[in-house]
Amino acid sequence: MPLSNEQLMRLARLARLSIPDDKVDITRKQLDSIFILIAQMQAVNTTGIEPMSHPQELAARLREDVVTETDCRTAFQAIAPHTEAGLYLVPKVIE
Amino acid sequence: MTPVPIFDAPVSALRRALDEKEISSVELTNIFLDRIEAFDPELNAFITVDRDRALAEARSADARIARNEADPLTGIPLAHKDVFCTEGILTTCASRMLSNFVSPYDAHVVSLLKQAGAVSLGKTNLDEFAMGSSCETSYYGPVINPWKPGTIAGGSSGGSAAAVAARLVPIATGTDTGGSVRQPAAFCGITGIKPTYGLISRYGTIACASSLDQGGAFGASAEDCAFLLSSMTGFDTRDSTSLDRPVENYAAIIGAGAPDAARPLDGLTIGVPRDFFSTGLNDEIRTAVEGALAQYRALGASLRDIDLPNVRLAVPAYYVIAMAEASSNLTKFDGVRYGHRAAEYADLVDMYCKSRSEGFGAEVQRRILTGTFVLSHGYYDAYYLQAQKLRRLITGDFERAFAECDLIACPTSPATAWALGEMSDDPVQMYLGDIYTSPVNLAGLPGLSHPCGFNAAGLPIGLQLIGSYFSEARLLTAAHRFQQATDWHLRRPPIAGSAHIPDTIDK
Repeated sequence: MPLSNEQLMRLARLARLSIPDDKVDITRKQLDSIFILIAQMQAVNTTGIEPMSHPQELAARLREDVVTETDCRTAFQAIAPHTEAGLYLVPKVIE
Repeated sequence: MTPVPIFDAPVSALRRALDEKEISSVELTNIFLDRIEAFDPELNAFITVDRDRALAEARSADARIARNEADPLTGIPLAHKDVFCTEGILTTCASRMLSNFVSPYDAHVVSLLKQAGAVSLGKTNLDEFAMGSSCETSYYGPVINPWKPGTIAGGSSGGSAAAVAARLVPIATGTDTGGSVRQPAAFCGITGIKPTYGLISRYGTIACASSLDQGGAFGASAEDCAFLLSSMTGFDTRDSTSLDRPVENYAAIIGAGAPDAARPLDGLTIGVPRDFFSTGLNDEIRTAVEGALAQYRALGASLRDIDLPNVRLAVPAYYVIAMAEASSNLTKFDGVRYGHRAAEYADLVDMYCKSRSEGFGAEVQRRILTGTFVLSHGYYDAYYLQAQKLRRLITGDFERAFAECDLIACPTSPATAWALGEMSDDPVQMYLGDIYTSPVNLAGLPGLSHPCGFNAAGLPIGLQLIGSYFSEARLLTAAHRFQQATDWHLRRPPIAGSAHIPDTIDK
């Protein structure tokens, strides 16, 4: 099933990517070849097979409900593009 | 004893020389830093080299050695793949997105190796966000294979592999999501091991695909890998998938002598998946791998044909899972808390889109888009769930095989290193090269690649050994005994024969 330009644009929007006009065709072509590759999986009947999400069957580890981390805000915000008064600044979302 | 240049000495010889004060860690570190300065411009194996920091670490290692408190790696230089976070030094993941990122903390692996007293020379080049098999997707340019100019080093840990092969550093760390340690090790003619999933903490390792990613070790030999791997493993509460198991001293285990020195692998059964040797495998690789299998037999191992029927669909299943997990992991790069932010934008969503499109390269964007697709409503069952079911079937193939054999041997890759740019326009062709390595990650098993020959063009060929869960010691022992009887792992590219400083050491 080849991807349409509209479907590609929708995917890009979901993935928060913008694809420039001159890259649309090549991106669509390359994604189509990847879809042909992954469609090969449909050849196998997997009815009744339990999906495997992880190589080790692990239960979530529990720990004591105590503070283990110290406050690292200054260090973390030192590498942020834009901060003010301990807050991360982004463009205005609500007018 | 054969004298070899210091830069070509095995870790065990460096350890002895440091302990016996024949050389200091500062001297050793300077030798390798000088080699990087002289030869890395040809290879581009490093993204960041921090001479001052390395020499400071070497000085404290010398002080520790003087106090007789040295661990096996104290004072030994190494390099980290630039996917491991290092406090105070750039961690780029070979991406424009993180080209300004200085991590506020160390990855667990980095902390362990610091505690061991190893000296970090710097950070090695890779495919952007470890997505690739050739190191051509790096924002910092491709890594060149030390064996041949104009040839790729493999990927994604190609910088670490090229640096070790060219003897710019004795050992290096890497990560392996679908073959990213084993394939570049094969392409550069060195040894690389990816242990059982969960043995090495992923804390501070920038994630590509969380259920597949695993740290790994590069060295010239299995013995050198053994030294590094033991120092990288250990339980870590900060990684929910870290396994609470005792750390094994692999170098000590493989150093123990075999009862029958003439047939040191007596009693070992090696499974050979015959399907892997049929279509699509290059003849020169088949010949080299068959030759290595004959050598294993001569060392006492018995060979047995095995069948892994579902592995033929490992590549599509692997890429669906890897891309789904990567698209999810990479949502954190949005230009808000760290990394690249676009200079101009209309609103918040525009800021996300512009920052991500400017920050990520083409292959990373393709994988994010594909991952988003397979996770989206209406396609999830057909692709993502189907891939997870195939993952169960492939894992079952290995479980059945290991009821009949102790290890599996096969080629590491269906090809040797290719010319730069040869596959850049055909991502799927490149993905298909992961056929022998990616099933091992799907099952979470340990795998090792060691050199076993060369093609007519003089490029190295690798043999892959796959083990059952937690069989790292067995993998390393088998490879070590092969290497004690052969010399493929002692072959060096011309660049590693160029002695910058002509000191030698008794091996």
